[in-house]
Amino acid sequence: MTDLFHILHDYGLLLLVGQFPQGPLGGLALTLCLAVAGLLISFPLAVLVGIARTSTHTVIYLPVSVAVHLIRGLPVLMIIFWAYFIVPLAIGRSVSALTTVLCALVVYELAFMGEVIRAGIQALPKGQIEAARSLGLNGFQVMRRVVLPQALFHMLPSILNRFISLIKNTSLGYIISLNELTYSAYQINIQLLTKPFQVYTILAVTYFLICWSLGQAMTRLERRIQARRERTAAYVESTIIASA
Amino acid sequence: MLSLNFSSVLHGQYLHWFLLGAICTLLLFAVSWVIGFLLSLIVVAVRSSGARFLVAAAAGFVGYHRNVPELVQLFVWYFGVPQLLPATWQQLINNTGNSEFIFATIALSLNVAAYMSEDLRSGIRSLPSAQLEAARALGLSYISSMRKVILPQALKVAVPPLVNQSLGLFKSTSLAMAIGVAEMTYVSQQVENESFRTFEAFAVASIFYWTVSFLIMGLGTVWSKRLNMDGTR
Amino acid sequence: MITFENVEKWYGEYRALHEIQETIRRGEVVVICGPSGSGKSTLIRTINRLEPINKGRITVNGRDIYASGVNVNKLRSEIGFVFQHFNLFPHMSVLRNLMLAPMDVRGVTGSEARDRAMTLLQKVGMAHKADAYPGQLSGGQQQRAAIARALAMQPPVMLFDEPTSALDPEMVGEVLQVMKQLAKDGMTMICVTHEMGFAREVADRILFMDEGTVLERAKPHDFFANPEHPRAQKFVSDIRH
Repeated sequence: MTDLFHILHDYGLLLLVGQFPQGPLGGLALTLCLAVAGLLISFPLAVLVGIARTSTHTVIYLPVSVAVHLIRGLPVLMIIFWAYFIVPLAIGRSVSALTTVLCALVVYELAFMGEVIRAGIQALPKGQIEAARSLGLNGFQVMRRVVLPQALFHMLPSILNRFISLIKNTSLGYIISLNELTYSAYQINIQLLTKPFQVYTILAVTYFLICWSLGQAMTRLERRIQARRERTAAYVESTIIASA
Repeated sequence: MLSLNFSSVLHGQYLHWFLLGAICTLLLFAVSWVIGFLLSLIVVAVRSSGARFLVAAAAGFVGYHRNVPELVQLFVWYFGVPQLLPATWQQLINNTGNSEFIFATIALSLNVAAYMSEDLRSGIRSLPSAQLEAARALGLSYISSMRKVILPQALKVAVPPLVNQSLGLFKSTSLAMAIGVAEMTYVSQQVENESFRTFEAFAVASIFYWTVSFLIMGLGTVWSKRLNMDGTR
Repeated sequence: MITFENVEKWYGEYRALHEIQETIRRGEVVVICGPSGSGKSTLIRTINRLEPINKGRITVNGRDIYASGVNVNKLRSEIGFVFQHFNLFPHMSVLRNLMLAPMDVRGVTGSEARDRAMTLLQKVGMAHKADAYPGQLSGGQQQRAAIARALAMQPPVMLFDEPTSALDPEMVGEVLQVMKQLAKDGMTMICVTHEMGFAREVADRILFMDEGTVLERAKPHDFFANPEHPRAQKFVSDIRH
């Protein structure tokens, strides 16, 4: 439809970068920055959560597990509302919608990415940890040198998946009027009024292209990791007989 | 600030709103779940049918719903689709007085159907191919084989991811507030606006979500145990 | 140098180790054998605390390994352990596998760790594979590298948990060769193994275990020629056929 091209021509920049540079960053650029920031902040914290969830010390395991289950039991929207309420109280002054959404997304990802990392740690053969401990390495060294490098590598596809999820979740910033991609489309729609289908189709296609490409990258990454694992396993197995 | 007062938020008008919100959420969840699940079975069947166009269409259906945010899917249905419908249809939907609920149900059902179909597909793929061959060799048609042999086994395997999807669907009902459906999240905001008791209002909604979430997970565990009681797998 | 005093271990009703009373002297090569499930692996795994015990005392160099001042990591760094499934770290080269513990646990410098590692790899015949990754090695090569890795910490005692049981027959020899050389060099060794040829050649003593207890102790020659305990007799005749 020619409508689509007209809309893209007239409003493309708004969708892409919001009011920038005459105003704050918005649109797709804000969405991506928000997602990247969310990933960078939540990743190290999620690693800590994943480690805590595999800990044998109840004092560490229990509170973290309870927190993870509570976060996973709530809709992202509720977490955004809680953040809207709690963050200003915690910091002592009012915060922007951007900060609120960022905090909410980080908390949400802590729980989910934490579980991904936990799965990665638990998937590692026990022999690796036993060998490392037998050499005299302490718990911290075992994690840092032996467990995490392997676990995180194997979990790369899943972590990428969480990034895709983050991008999709940024759309909820709309609810508190954060000027990301979805809200920008909404603003365009209010101006045009008669072409909601075209506007929202463009919106959907934009998200689709980004998330789908990342998904393809993830699948290819998964295949390469799996191929490497299989090559290793196959060769080693050819020289080993099945254990008793 | 820390003088919590739950009773003010849990009586009269507010309590009424909360109850209606809870019912709305649960209704939205239940209807979407049933439609979504049935639809996912159809999608799986279509996808393994072998007819190139149908398979591509099903793949496109799943791809769309997995790569576009659910909120945007909702907007496409609620804001975009009515523009395409003939005037008579639009009138019909508006006259029900529940157009928001209907569109929310449609969007949520299709979304969960896409995800569930993927989980079922994985479940089917995990079965040894000999199962289908054996069924066909006995003379069952493709559809019968799927219905009587493949899908029941695939469902057993797929219960944990399906429970996860159900949980996700339940939480996604909160998105309907963006188009004005008076479900729990919407109500909690309403109560908060009127009573200024932010913590209590959000806490009530949160407790509702946690309770039902844990119920769903518990049901899933029970169902999974029951399905596996015959000792297979 | 290692003693077991009235050691007991159980899982619920099941007795994994029962009335274990042994002394292993410095420089001794002890082979533990017996049918599967007899507790042999469990026994040596209690020495470096990979398995806990329920009763009794284990001492290494005179110190109770469960005494309050004992640092478990230091204890383990002084005991070399070789696993049935090698457990090399797949994300590191062979060289780095050997360098990791000396550097991280003892603070050895990189260059010294590398020199030590290369010397050991030379000793086990793996110097040409120093930069290879475990995934590129055969089972026998991996196990030799694993032995070198344990030796890198210069432990006074080496424990072997069925080191050749997971290897193709043609690779068993190269690993046993390394172990025999170690024994000849005077290393204190405790080996759980089915390789009776190895036992005959280098073991000072054989401990025969079944159902969690040591049923017979003898010199290899005596054990194979004249086992005393009925179950030991059955074992010896079984392995002959």
